This record gives sequence, C-alpha cells and structure tokens, in this order.
Amino acid sequence: MSRERRPAATLHIDWTLCDGRGLCTELLPERLARDEWGYPLARDGSGGDVPLAASQLEAARDAVALCPRLALTLRKD
Amino acid sequence: MSGMGGEVRPPRGAGRLFAAPASDLTSHLATFGPVPDGPAASHLLDELQASGLQGRGGAAFPAWRKFAAAGSGRDPRSRGGAAVVVANGAEGEPRSAKDATLLRAAPHLVIDGLLLAGRTIGARELYLVTTAASLPYVARAIAERTDATAIRLREVPEAFLSGEASAVISSLEGGPALPRDKSRRLSSSGLAGRPTLLNNVETLAQVALIARFGAEWFRRLGTEEEPGTRLVTVSGSDLAPTVREVVGGMTVAAIVRAAGGSTDTLGAVLVGGYHGAWLPAERLDTPLTGHDLAPFGAAPGAGILVLLESASCGLKASAAIAGYLAAQSARQCGPCANGLPRMAEVLEKLAGGSRDTALPAEIRRLAALVTGRGSCHHPDGTTRLVLSALTVFSAEVKAHLAGGCLADRRARAGVAA
Ligand code: SF4
Ligand code: SF4
Repeated sequence: MSRERRPAATLHIDWTLCDGRGLCTELLPERLARDEWGYPLARDGSGGDVPLAASQLEAARDAVALCPRLALTLRKD
Repeated sequence: MSGMGGEVRPPRGAGRLFAAPASDLTSHLATFGPVPDGPAASHLLDELQASGLQGRGGAAFPAWRKFAAAGSGRDPRSRGGAAVVVANGAEGEPRSAKDATLLRAAPHLVIDGLLLAGRTIGARELYLVTTAASLPYVARAIAERTDATAIRLREVPEAFLSGEASAVISSLEGGPALPRDKSRRLSSSGLAGRPTLLNNVETLAQVALIARFGAEWFRRLGTEEEPGTRLVTVSGSDLAPTVREVVGGMTVAAIVRAAGGSTDTLGAVLVGGYHGAWLPAERLDTPLTGHDLAPFGAAPGAGILVLLESASCGLKASAAIAGYLAAQSARQCGPCANGLPRMAEVLEKLAGGSRDTALPAEIRRLAALVTGRGSCHHPDGTTRLVLSALTVFSAEVKAHLAGGCLADRRARAGVAA
C-alpha cells in the first residue's frame, strides 16, 4: 500500500472461520501470501484487516463471494 | 440494623476495597454506607471521568469512556435493544487471585458497582460471571439484600481465555467460552446484539467507592497516571499467591515486599501475568504504571507479579509458560493453533540446552508470523512474553548456546557457599 493513498477498503479475515485452503490468496496475490500452514498472510504485515487499493476491490469481492468458509468481509472505510 | 444510622467516614488508608471487617451486608453498610441513589447517572459519569479510574481486568481502558459508549447507543451499527451490564469475575489467569479474593471478601462492593453501572447506562439485564469456586460467596451476598434480585449469576469454566470479553459474551449466549471474531463492538452489539458494558469486578468495586466518596477522594492516593488503589497478586519463588491492595504508582520492589516477598535473590519479575513481560532484577525500582513499564513492553495489566529467583533459569520458566499458553489456544484460528505450539517448542529447545544458534532467530520469525493474526490477543500476548524473555535473558541465551546455564551456575554456587 503506497503511503500517499488511503486504502479504498479493508478486507477482514475472521480467523475463527478461515481454514486456510488459500483460495483468497490466489485471487489477491498482490496482497496475500500463504504462511507455512496455508493461512492467508498479508504481505504488508497488516494481520487480519488488510488494506486494499481501488484496483484490488473487484478481486476482493470475488474472494468474499467464493471463500468456502464465509470468513471474509469487505469494509469500506 | 446496625451501622445504618451512624455517619460513615470514607476509608482513609490504602485498605479501601477491603476496609470492611467482614464480608456480610451489615459490615459492608457500617463501613461504606448505602449506595447513593437518585437519578445521578450523569453525575457518576462525571465523577468517573474526574477519577481517572481505568479498567482492572488488564486492558486499562478509561472506565467512564466504556460506560459512556455503552450508554449512548449512538453507534449506527447497533442493533439496539435494552443495554446489558456484565461483571466479569472469570479471572482466567492462573497467577491471578485478586478477583476471587475480592468476591469473597467484599462481594457487596462488586454488587453495588454492578447496580450503579446498570442504573447509569439504563440497562435492564445484569450479569455476574465467575468460576464455580466464587459463585457461592456472591450468591450468599445477593441473598442478603433486596435490591439485587435482577442480577443473574453465571458460571464460567476456569481456563486461560474464559475471561476474554467476547468469550464471556459467547458463554452467556449459551455458546462455548471462547473468543470470537472482533468485527462487532461490544458497546454497540454485544450480548444478543445489544449494547453491552463488560467490566472487571474490581473496576465495579472501585466504581461503588467513587459513587459514594467522589473522584477527589479517589485521587487522594496514587499518582496522576495511576490514581487510587489497585489489587495485585504476587506469587512465585516460595511465595504462595498473595493478594494485596496497593497504592497506585508503587514500585514493583515495594509491592513484592508488601506481599511478604523478598527482592534479595530475585533474577526477574514477570509483570502483567502470562501475557506480560519480564522486568530484570536491577530494574525492580520501576513504578507499576503504564508509562514506566512501557520501555519493557509491560503494563500493570490485572496487577499480576510472578517472582523468579536468580538461581532459576528465565528461559526454562518462559518456555514452560509458552507451552502452557500454546495449549490454551482455543485452536480456532490457524496461525494461533499452529504457530504458538511451534514457537513454544523452539523456545523449549533453547531452554533445554540445544546449541543450535539459529533458534533465537527462528523464535523471532515465528513471533512476527503470528502477531496480529488471531481473533483475540492471545498470539500477541504470548509473543510479548517470549520476545521479552529473549531480551531480558539475553545473557542466558548466549550461555545456553555456549552449552551452559547461568542460573544453574548461580544455583550451584549458592549450594557451595
Ligand atoms: S478463502 Fe477463506 S477459508 Fe480459504 S484461506 Fe481465504 S479466508 Fe481462509
Ligand atoms: S487467536 Fe488463538 S486463542 Fe484467540 S480465538 Fe483465535 S485460536 Fe483462540
């Protein structure tokens, strides 16, 4: 996330639901890597609330819709 | 009834919460007088703000702000409904005994505080949650009075995380006593979606005193940052868990001595419990305030101090705690369920005498990997303890990697002497 721009939205991961199958990390490779157990790992170290740029919103919406555990929510700031 | 007619004087010494000679209602009323009644809701909020009282469950959030947030219902995400107040006496920390002691010795102060909180924010439901061991004391106190029939008592299991705010709400809703995802705020959407005020039982007991004697009285003891008194639990070395009421801003060394411990042979003190941080022996003159403890990554928290003898290995003690904490993970969140056991294992190796020089870096990597990646602060708290061990016991880390143990050496020297 560049420092000048405010994030367009935040992707929230509910860790109690996520089972680490990694679908979201395939849809948002710029923002999310996978840790050694398969769980999504924000590349900027932002934990469970991952800031998104406007260009990433569509992929994030797909991830929310396709997450098999309904673990993701998108929050407009 | 005795005591009701006489003039009640506010407690003058540091023994405020435990000022009553016995736990029954008559002693309570004779010592503190009745709960002030009337519609003074906004007045209490003002007094709380002026008092500077902070939460005593660990997070140290200003009490008045929490009251105001739950009372306003202004949050647009609130599903509304009548507000709920929860007195939290779950006390999951194994090294804390202050809440159990308070509920046993001064249950009426906690009940007063809960009733006052309910009145202030206009709550209709009042709960007090605590462990099976403390329930009878509270039940007996409630049975002694006529104004507390609305309070519902609920038992929570004795587990490290059962006192976590969202875990308490979950168990009140009939679910498991496990933390939940934090996308909803308790103040607007807590128990059954209603605005919820959850306070530690000591916080509520302090509220009961401030409502009677005022903010100015409260601040007569303590410091600007740490006004009033607070309960602490000191244990470790050969000291059984000892609860004391101490004046805010006292040094760690003074608190240890007040609890009957000695600082002479200490190597370090764990401040803030198992999610806390180590304070090295040469810095025990540090006051128990957020500001003074911040350089060590510690905070007063729930007032828990654990003593470590200089002849005991800090790495071994920390590894044992990390192992306990890893086992207490609710195993709901992948990074916590997988990362904490792994981190504890590597620390255990280092403590156990492995000379693999890559271990400290691996612990730091795992700590960074789990931090911020759970639904509660258990990964962050565990990480704090582990990283503090690497820092405060850095000489011990070096000694272990060189095949020795400084604490062992001190123990042997002590035996020889
Ligand atoms: S798609 Fe959902 S379940 Fe899978 S890793 Fe991402 S958040 Fe977790
Ligand atoms: S972070 Fe750990 S302890 Fe907290 S809810 Fe998740 S699994 Fe449980």
